[in-house]
Amino acid sequence: MIKKHHSDIKPSEITDKETYLNRRQFLQGGAALALGLGLPGCDASEPKLAAPPPASSRKKLASTKNGAFSINEAQTSYKDITRYNNFYEFSTDKAGPAKLSKAFVTRPWTLTVDGEVSKPQTFDIEDILKSFPLEERIYRLRCVEAWSMVIPWIGFPLADLIKKTDPTSRAKYVAFETLYDPKQMPGQQTGLFGSGLKWPYVEGLRIDEAMHPLTLLSVGLYGEVLANQNGAPIRLVVPWKYGFKSIKSIVKITLLEKQPPTTWNISAPREYGFYSNVNPKVPHPRWSQARERRIGEFSKRKTLMFNGYADQVTSLYTGMDLKKFY
Amino acid sequence: MISRSEFIIHWVKPTLFILALLPLANLLWDGYTDALGAEPIEAISQRSGDWILRFLLLTLTITPLRRISGWNELARLRRMLGLFAFFYACLHFLNYLVLDQGLDLAFIMEDVIEHKYVLIGFSSFLLLIPLALTSTKAMIRRLGGRRWQKLHRLIYLISIGGVVHYYWLVKSDIREPLLYAFLLTVLLGYRWYHHRSRTMSGAAQNGQINPALQNIVGANSFAHKGNSAKDN
Repeated sequence: MIKKHHSDIKPSEITDKETYLNRRQFLQGGAALALGLGLPGCDASEPKLAAPPPASSRKKLASTKNGAFSINEAQTSYKDITRYNNFYEFSTDKAGPAKLSKAFVTRPWTLTVDGEVSKPQTFDIEDILKSFPLEERIYRLRCVEAWSMVIPWIGFPLADLIKKTDPTSRAKYVAFETLYDPKQMPGQQTGLFGSGLKWPYVEGLRIDEAMHPLTLLSVGLYGEVLANQNGAPIRLVVPWKYGFKSIKSIVKITLLEKQPPTTWNISAPREYGFYSNVNPKVPHPRWSQARERRIGEFSKRKTLMFNGYADQVTSLYTGMDLKKFY
Repeated sequence: MISRSEFIIHWVKPTLFILALLPLANLLWDGYTDALGAEPIEAISQRSGDWILRFLLLTLTITPLRRISGWNELARLRRMLGLFAFFYACLHFLNYLVLDQGLDLAFIMEDVIEHKYVLIGFSSFLLLIPLALTSTKAMIRRLGGRRWQKLHRLIYLISIGGVVHYYWLVKSDIREPLLYAFLLTVLLGYRWYHHRSRTMSGAAQNGQINPALQNIVGANSFAHKGNSAKDN
């Protein structure tokens, strides 16, 4: 059962409106002080909570709010969600993907589901948008780099798509693949020196993780279709795992009997495991995972087991040594 | 016509001083206009970190440049560049202690002990402090040229520490750390080569006064105190 209010989050861990100190405004204040200037538009220009997207040309998406699958925490502003991105296909710099993905072509777009299924299919993105009822779910996103956001995703359960292809009994794992198109994605143009990753980006889940009701295929956020830097036109969202598991701009999903390779695991197997569940007790070999900085907040907060989704997902890992299967 | 020495002291040095403050101005301006991105603390850390390495490399460029050009007056710029490396290091360090870690000593201790990139960065910063403190003319005289030079060779270790710190912290994109490592290797390699060829020719045994220090402190002060310093 998914509970509406998660018992594993103490009210004290949720920043309330009064004490919510906007870090940016603090730093702006510091900079203004040093420069001997006043503050520009500090008043209402940036609401502290649930900042809606500014008027944009992006297509609006109708969806139904799914309160049972949403958390009740301050949402990260649309501005921050769309300007702070890890999308190495475009750039390894956080601000790079927003700038370099502007011309990225997301129509036409197809998503192929094959492998251990009786009915392999290629879905057109427009058909996907029409045939699956879209929900809005407010999820935490925890990056392996120890920062986090709260994002109102729009999407539908991955399980709904997979069921359409009728998986065989041999389907034990699900592999995902991002578009490979170096002409459009400059980060994939690896000459002698690249970002250190192998292309195309690939990810994977165990079948029970893939079929879990929390696992989402997202096509939008904040009521609009996804911005290119957020993984348009369709991406995975697995909220209890580190962000890099939530693969972007997916073109292929393959059901498999064996565990598939995953990009970050290939790059640094000691640092990034296949599971990569958010776990404050298992540090990254080079940094701690015990705390995180919620984007927009000043001080760090404690990282929650399974990113706060322990009630829903702990049973998936019964009897597993999570230190070994990191 | 002004002399080369006057040109370097009265024109090059003040210009460099202003230029060296531009990264700070840029940082403050971007902070003021909310252009530091979604994670301003990380942005401050990255930008100040980049400028520490750049100023360390610039500082290390002075001696090769001086030797190759024969313009010993260039040494007059070295202290300022080194102090700017220290200045940006202070910014980087304070940003880490205050904004990033919120002055939580327990977390900072744990971070320094458990994470080798933090440890090497932290240590490199601590090693910079004595160099900054002994950068005045009075301190050079007090320590004596030879001892002062020995102490200030710590900059080699600090620069290596800084580059390794950067290399160890990036996730997978090692292009920039490798660029810094390459430049540092060239600069240190030049010194090693120079030192080796001097040792082989016996020149290093002659106990010459380092023209760089001579330029900073004034040639006479060495003569008065009977100090001598070898050119490294």
